[in-house]
Amino acid sequence: MTVDADAAQSVYVAPGDHDELYAFMSGGFSGNVSVYGLPSGRLLQQIPVFSQYPEKGYGYSEQTKALLETSWGFIPWDDSHHPQLSVTGGEQDGRWLFINGMNTPRVARIDLATMETDEILELPHTAGSHASPFLTENSEYLVSATRFSVPTVQRDVSIRAYKEQFAGVLSFVRLDPEHGRMSLAFQVMMPGFDYDLARAGKGRSHGWAFFTSYNSEQASTMKEIGASQADKDFIAAINWKRAEACVAEGKAKTIPARYAHNVMDHSSGVATTHMQASSVMLNAGDCPNMVYFLPTPKSPHGTDIDPTGELIVAGGKLATVIPVHSFSKMIAAIEARDFDGEIGGVPVLKYEATIAGEVQNPGLGPLHTEFDGTGHAYTSVFISSEIVKWSTETFTVVDRVPTYYSVGHLMVPGGDTKTPYGKYVIALNKITKDRYLPTGPELTQSAQLYDISGPRMRLLLDFPTVGEPHYAQALPAKLIKDRQVRVFAIAENNDPYATKRVQDTRVQRRGTRVDVYMTAIRSNFMPDNIEGIQLGDSVFFHVTNLEQDWDVPHGFAMMGNRNAELLIMPGRTRTLVWVPQRVGVYPFYCTDFCSALHQEMQGYVRVSERGANVPLAWNGPNGTLR
Amino acid sequence: MMSGSSRAALAVLALALLALYAVPLWHVALIAPQYPEGLGFYIWVDRMSGDLQSINGLNHYIGMKAIVPESIPELRFMPWALGALVAAGLVAAAWGRRVALTMWVALLAGGSLIGLADFYRWGYDYGRNLDPTAAIKVPGMTYQPPVLGTKELLNFKATSLPAAGGWIALAVMLVGLALILRERRLARRVT
Repeated sequence: MTVDADAAQSVYVAPGDHDELYAFMSGGFSGNVSVYGLPSGRLLQQIPVFSQYPEKGYGYSEQTKALLETSWGFIPWDDSHHPQLSVTGGEQDGRWLFINGMNTPRVARIDLATMETDEILELPHTAGSHASPFLTENSEYLVSATRFSVPTVQRDVSIRAYKEQFAGVLSFVRLDPEHGRMSLAFQVMMPGFDYDLARAGKGRSHGWAFFTSYNSEQASTMKEIGASQADKDFIAAINWKRAEACVAEGKAKTIPARYAHNVMDHSSGVATTHMQASSVMLNAGDCPNMVYFLPTPKSPHGTDIDPTGELIVAGGKLATVIPVHSFSKMIAAIEARDFDGEIGGVPVLKYEATIAGEVQNPGLGPLHTEFDGTGHAYTSVFISSEIVKWSTETFTVVDRVPTYYSVGHLMVPGGDTKTPYGKYVIALNKITKDRYLPTGPELTQSAQLYDISGPRMRLLLDFPTVGEPHYAQALPAKLIKDRQVRVFAIAENNDPYATKRVQDTRVQRRGTRVDVYMTAIRSNFMPDNIEGIQLGDSVFFHVTNLEQDWDVPHGFAMMGNRNAELLIMPGRTRTLVWVPQRVGVYPFYCTDFCSALHQEMQGYVRVSERGANVPLAWNGPNGTLR
Repeated sequence: MMSGSSRAALAVLALALLALYAVPLWHVALIAPQYPEGLGFYIWVDRMSGDLQSINGLNHYIGMKAIVPESIPELRFMPWALGALVAAGLVAAAWGRRVALTMWVALLAGGSLIGLADFYRWGYDYGRNLDPTAAIKVPGMTYQPPVLGTKELLNFKATSLPAAGGWIALAVMLVGLALILRERRLARRVT
């Protein structure tokens, strides 16, 4: 496919100018989120979330380690899939970004003013947090579901007992409207299918959430075949207001659970872990009129709700049409009790009763759909590697454009909200092959930007992404650009190890633990000479960046430290632990080029034998080393 | 004696000076390539505000003393002087003699000049009494900021101008002068 001659002009953002949109791309197996500018496709930042990130000391500094705690212990990696921006009234409010960790089921909340991870909640009774995190219209709940059904509660049973013993659990995480703080409100135990993706309703479908499922065959092995036999699997439609009522009526049970809730305190900048011991579990069959199955061809993947909340569009990895359910037809069918049996206490609706239309000839393997707010839907089609644009009025394809190659998710900025921004669509591709200079067997992942403002989609730009870009979200820059935090107020730094004035720098020994209360300001560390450290000590460098100026982080790196560096934002304190291994004098230095005298920003620590007669001493206003 | 309208105007002028408690008197702006967002500080009757911490951080390279508002006695003394000036204006209006008007305007002008001279003196001290061990030493270079106008100081362009309070004081002074002229003309007509 050729590119229009004016494509470059459409994405050119002149030096010094700002992009029109922020895009937040999942980092896939990198475990993190990357921030891009659109339409330029420029990488602006990487936000560490589930994976240790040595360049920022994330997950290495004492203050941030707790964010990666789980009921299994410290897990420094995850597989992040679906970023989701917070919404109010079904529209982006620019407050938080949520994202799931697929492998050790977790969801995280990122503050959009600092672009830092503030909270991570582990999800119990879940194995593979894939259908996650999707938000209800006013961010009341974050919904999530297990991809892998497992024995619930976990126990030692035969895998062959899948059908009898395994269950799939949906989670409803309540969000505190003021701070976005997450708490697991309740869970719903469902038949043991694979729950794949979700969306919460909006507009007329507000109060409902929709989960796709496959493997309704309940195969436990060779799912490639075993889970692909049935002509139709299901979308589970759950009325969460009804679920709330059943929980309030006492129909749920409190059962044992083990999960970590990690919270970053904003004023201290210190994260803490709170281990939880139970969750509230509602059996699907114990709450009548709460959840229904909508038969959907075939092994459905995405489920996406149009801006009005009326259309529930499914993707079918193996389907030859795009099935579109109607919310109002679904409600009518429920009222008419137009059922076709039930599974595990969940009524199955008739396909013909809920279907609004089928989009014919969409290509092979339609996956995900987003909307432009002017009556069009855009569906990614994996196998035939294209985006198809179709009318939500007539359910007919009106345009199609190839992607390079094998598009997974796609994203229209605001395309999952009530009012899509609707100027672009981005294809998030699984394969790039020949699109870039080759780099050995591993090639970059890639996104592609298309203009959708005209009647035909136009390819504008390819750009590489970090990790696998599963899903992405974007919002107009003006929503959050002026709210970006420049510095943390040093006066409000409540880190217990903060050193707010050079006069308070000191070194203290408690047994084999040595605490260094250090300041960093252009262009010195205080103290920068420390003696009296001994083999067998653990040295805690608590470094406070005293700067109150924008764009002046300081770094801190200690020679031979089996850890990482620190990158300390102005006004923040970060702690790095060093266990010296050899006698001698070793340097530390600032890693972030901070000033003309950055190279001079360095110091020494003298390490002596255990029990050596070298007194603990340091320089500085209160120092003893002159 | 002054005319009734002039006496009322003098009282209003005196009270107008109360605004100087609420707005800054002077502004020093610093422009450098690395600071597209701008750096600067305001001088108020009783304090300083702005990016002092950043400015002090930068100034340490050239060995300039840190600007610490708490150590500047004028900032403790000026609010009282301003209060006295307002009170004197009200007394002069009540008294109603022409000479009182002239004396009050002279007092205001004199006080302002002393203030500017003091600003110059502080700038002189900060800009020239530099730490001899400073990292950056440029032969012959001093860093005295201008009292009024613009000056290049290494990579910074420093611009010093009245802020709202300075303009109000100037306006009060000019209206005061106009009142003096008016009273003279009235006096000539009467005699």
